[in-house]
Amino acid sequence: MTAATITRARPRTGRPKRNITAHIFLVALVLYFLMPLWWLFVASTKDAQGLFSGAGGALWFDKNFNLVQNIQELFTYKGGLYLRWLGNSALYAVVGGVGATVLAVLAGYGFAKFRFKGRDFSFAILLGSVMVPLTALVIPTFMLMSQMHLTNTIWAVILPSLLSPFGVYLMRVYAADAVPDELLDAARVDGSGEFRTFFRVAVPLMRPAIVTVLLLSVVGTWNNYFLPLAVLSDQNLYPITVGLGGWQALAASNNGGGASLYTLIVVGSLISIIPLIIAFLSLQKYWQGGLSLGALK
Amino acid sequence: MTNPATTLSSPGAAATTPQAASTSKKPQSRRRSVSRGWIGWLFIAPFGIVFVVFLVSPLAYAFYLSLFSKGLATGTIFSGVGNYVKAFTDPEFLSGVWFVLRFAVVLIPVQMAVSLAAALVLDSLTTRLANFSRLMIFVPYAIPAVIGSIMWGFLYSPSFGPLNNLFSLINQQAPEILNSDNIFGGLMNVVVWQWAGYYMIIIYAALRGIDPSIYEAARIDGANPRQIALRVKVPMITSALVLILVFALIGTLQFFTEPQVLKPIANGAITASFTPNIYAYNLAFQFSQFNYASTISFSLGIVVFIAVYIFLFSTRKRRGGFSS
Repeated sequence: MTAATITRARPRTGRPKRNITAHIFLVALVLYFLMPLWWLFVASTKDAQGLFSGAGGALWFDKNFNLVQNIQELFTYKGGLYLRWLGNSALYAVVGGVGATVLAVLAGYGFAKFRFKGRDFSFAILLGSVMVPLTALVIPTFMLMSQMHLTNTIWAVILPSLLSPFGVYLMRVYAADAVPDELLDAARVDGSGEFRTFFRVAVPLMRPAIVTVLLLSVVGTWNNYFLPLAVLSDQNLYPITVGLGGWQALAASNNGGGASLYTLIVVGSLISIIPLIIAFLSLQKYWQGGLSLGALK
Repeated sequence: MTNPATTLSSPGAAATTPQAASTSKKPQSRRRSVSRGWIGWLFIAPFGIVFVVFLVSPLAYAFYLSLFSKGLATGTIFSGVGNYVKAFTDPEFLSGVWFVLRFAVVLIPVQMAVSLAAALVLDSLTTRLANFSRLMIFVPYAIPAVIGSIMWGFLYSPSFGPLNNLFSLINQQAPEILNSDNIFGGLMNVVVWQWAGYYMIIIYAALRGIDPSIYEAARIDGANPRQIALRVKVPMITSALVLILVFALIGTLQFFTEPQVLKPIANGAITASFTPNIYAYNLAFQFSQFNYASTISFSLGIVVFIAVYIFLFSTRKRRGGFSS
């Protein structure tokens, strides 16, 4: 993966020499950012006792390697509750993330490529709403949902996740430049309807921005904690964040009895972060450019 | 059907004769733009519905609820701005606001310094190590804040975390990070760890967008690499920096997840009104004071708006536009 990025890298004139201080600085940063993950991996291989009084210290392996047993215990604990949470997280993130992206692409294209009455005013409202702290909406949303008898259902998490004003902003900024009006007009002259033009001409041109908005919304929903914590009370509906947060509180509240729960929390954390890390590493060529979209304007 | 707009606006005669289409050109093009305006709304409508249902109505509902108060003896009564007077004189709410403001003022410059320094260094290197580092620094962004907080909670432990290993080398007791003296720094570290890589990537991408011939010109004028970084690169990415600062500010004032997750192991250092969001959550779900919780949520929104407005106003002279 690094080879590809190197060849893409812009050749800088002069100074090809390696800067030792800069590299030491980078290594120090990498050690800092990876240290907790290394700890998580090491801790996942320990049994309940080793986690707290392991022979090798916090950042090295204990004498017995317990990773497989820990995973087995995790997957069977309370009838596979953890796997359920993982599935819920995936469901919320995929449906919420894809939905938010579809809405953002449509609306961003609409704002960028059509002139109509009220457009500038609606876009000004949208820009203002980017400043609204979304977590301040959680409790009012919970109360609205409970009026509609939607709390404690998957919709209580998925529907609010469809809201992504920033995604619309990014898509508008990107579509304005990446989709030339001349091309759209040419398609229209050729008899292509507006929606056909959108799917055949505009969407392929907007792909980098679409992948970026998709990643941002999937991550946003996957990582969300406050909203599902507020609107869900049935633990079979919890996403992984609320589930593990609950275990953490439970383990802390009964000091001695929580010891075995801690190994589950640790190995559960490890398993749950793997999918998104893989997604980011494998899709890097899309999002690395895309993340700057909003900033370049 | 060569021109859908023609057939759409005049389904009867015009479409068959090309002559008719050309003579009535003017009214047709006008009608065509009107019909396309309709289509613009169609594209925006699905998002618009979600926007109204899940942003406008919760805000309106919260505001509505905040105008009432509920007492055991009195029932629900209209209290006007009474709840807001109560909120902005409530020491618990004010201490939460004070905490997040202080936290933002200390955290954001530190976070910015880390991500800007990393981005500038990465921009000046094209080695394999630099490419690898860029990805690794970014990785924490993909990890949920809940899990980041759980990990750091373990790592902070003075009895079985790495601090214990470190301090036992010099025969010292490891410090307690999750107590009221050190919690500020402890939370700051979690947030910097989580977000610095994300901001670094945005800054880095903005830096890659600069035309490198500008650096050449600066070099010919005798600028050294450090001067190029601080006097040429940084000023050219001001709008990216302002955008990041605004998002960091909004995010920090809404602080919830990290303190909420660390609360059970923080020995009372994180109170029930530690941040405005935690206070609102506890008011709603511990004490069922939904009217007052709505007031706190709405008041937090007001605080965020004022803070962002002050920030944007104070940086107005030094930046390009944020909107497109």
